[in-house]
Amino acid sequence: MTTAPDLSAPAVEARNLHKRFGDFVAVNDLSFTIGAGEVYGLLGANGAGKTTTISMLLDLVTPTSGQVRVLGHQYPKGRQEILSQVNFSSTYVSLPLRLTVWENMRVFAALYGVPNPKQRILELLERFEIVETLKKPVGDLSSGQKTRVYLAKALLNRPKVLFLDEPTASLDPDMADKTRQVIREIQKEYGTAVLITSHNMAEMESLCQRILFIARGKKLMEGTPKQIVDHYGRSNLEEVFIQVARDQGGAGA
Amino acid sequence: MMMQRIYGLTLRYIYLYRGSLPRMLEQLYWPVMDLLVWGFVTIYLRQFEGQLPNFLAYFLGGLVLWDILFRSQVGVSVAYLEEVWSRNLLNLFVSPLRPIELIAAAMTFSVARVAFTASVSVSIAWLAYDFNTFIMGTWLAAFVGALIVMGWGMGIVISALIMRFGQGAESLAWGLIFLIQPVAAVFYPVSVLPEPLQLVAWMIPASHVFEGMRQVLNGGPSPTEHLAWAFGLGAVYFAAGLTFFYAILREAKRAGRLLRVGE
Ligand SMILES: Nc1ncnc2c1ncn2[C@@H]1O[C@H](COP(=O)(O)OP(=O)(O)OP(=O)(O)O)[C@@H](O)[C@H]1O
Ligand SMILES: [Mg+2]
Repeated sequence: MTTAPDLSAPAVEARNLHKRFGDFVAVNDLSFTIGAGEVYGLLGANGAGKTTTISMLLDLVTPTSGQVRVLGHQYPKGRQEILSQVNFSSTYVSLPLRLTVWENMRVFAALYGVPNPKQRILELLERFEIVETLKKPVGDLSSGQKTRVYLAKALLNRPKVLFLDEPTASLDPDMADKTRQVIREIQKEYGTAVLITSHNMAEMESLCQRILFIARGKKLMEGTPKQIVDHYGRSNLEEVFIQVARDQGGAGA
Repeated sequence: MMMQRIYGLTLRYIYLYRGSLPRMLEQLYWPVMDLLVWGFVTIYLRQFEGQLPNFLAYFLGGLVLWDILFRSQVGVSVAYLEEVWSRNLLNLFVSPLRPIELIAAAMTFSVARVAFTASVSVSIAWLAYDFNTFIMGTWLAAFVGALIVMGWGMGIVISALIMRFGQGAESLAWGLIFLIQPVAAVFYPVSVLPEPLQLVAWMIPASHVFEGMRQVLNGGPSPTEHLAWAFGLGAVYFAAGLTFFYAILREAKRAGRLLRVGE
């Protein structure tokens, strides 16, 4: 994954994004561009502003100022165009627990207007090795199984941009690895651009073409994982993260 | 596309109710309880029928129609609450589902609930107390329609309040409507109210429906004027409710409230 990202028709463009909650500045002048089909990592300590940033890209949070463009469209006018072509998953955002896996997938397939929903759902559940959970209520699944259902939901509409907020947080190493494999595959298969956050540094290093490193809502550095590691004169991203966190005195808060 | 999304979310409520005995039983519980208690009151009052002609019909008609208004409102609010309880709003708001489609699905769900509870209460009123709701004839359909529209409007406003104040405000879903019951002329005519309250009462679509109902049960003139008011005011409040919902949603996105759905 060393080829330079194609930024001519970017998947996501954020320009001078600011978000203030009352007096508190959660995101401070962030600008970045994610290329079509690029896997782009958002890295930062707890409270650094990652979830807030993703939320602004999904129109869940309105920026205080700055601009968002996804697949060339802007909110609120382009909301339908954007949201039908992107998707989102987070370990921390659950699906209705009383509904079975099948029922949940069926509902979201309808919301996204997925053709041949049955076939598509089975295909995704097979891919994530959870076909046997089909008839179980989501609330009865293990947390790793739940996470995989959320990921399957996020792929229903073959998104052009996929927003993943800590998608592997509850997965065992084997499943986390398989999930990364799936992310690589879908990125290849349908050229999906992925914006991912994770506190697993090795994962970010192996998965992301470029990473935006933020602290207290501000950009620290953007580059390939190697560029970032080299810049700080460390041997891996984990060391960089720890060094930055200590320099910042607990980078987030 | 739009219909498909509304269908998708409606499907979610069907799945939810199909798999939940308490939710299904609740649909039966309230109309049965209401009509049991009030029905016995009715039997007792029957002794005085000579003094108050038509009172029984007014009373049972009022009960049945009030329940329709109440269920219509609760139906919309509970549909929204189900998404809050299951923390599903975020998934919905990042999907192509429009807020108006979310509301349309809630309204569909509400009509289904009304149809179910109304058929229960109409049957009980008939079988147990010999009150045939259908003596109101085709006017009944118009009364029900006007009450459903008003219930939707209130349900939307209450959903917006829950969005604004969080799950702690959920009791509004079952309580707020009783604030207007005294001035909605359910069991007595608007004319018994003190004059300033009469003015308030005439601003409420339901008052016109209940006045119209009594007019019909009384064999009086056609309640077209009352119905026109009921639908007219209902439409105005419905539009105002939608506007309020959208304003609250906009504010919620600014305050980051959609990320904190729950308590
Ligand atoms: N709705 C809100 N109101 C007030 N403050 C908020 C709100 N949402 C987020 N914040 C604050 O903004 C900051 C950034 O939060 P955010 O959730 O974006 O962090 P994060 O980088 O995703 O952290 P984590 O790694 O812990 O998930 C935090 O300090 C948080 O308290
Ligand atoms: Mg976060």
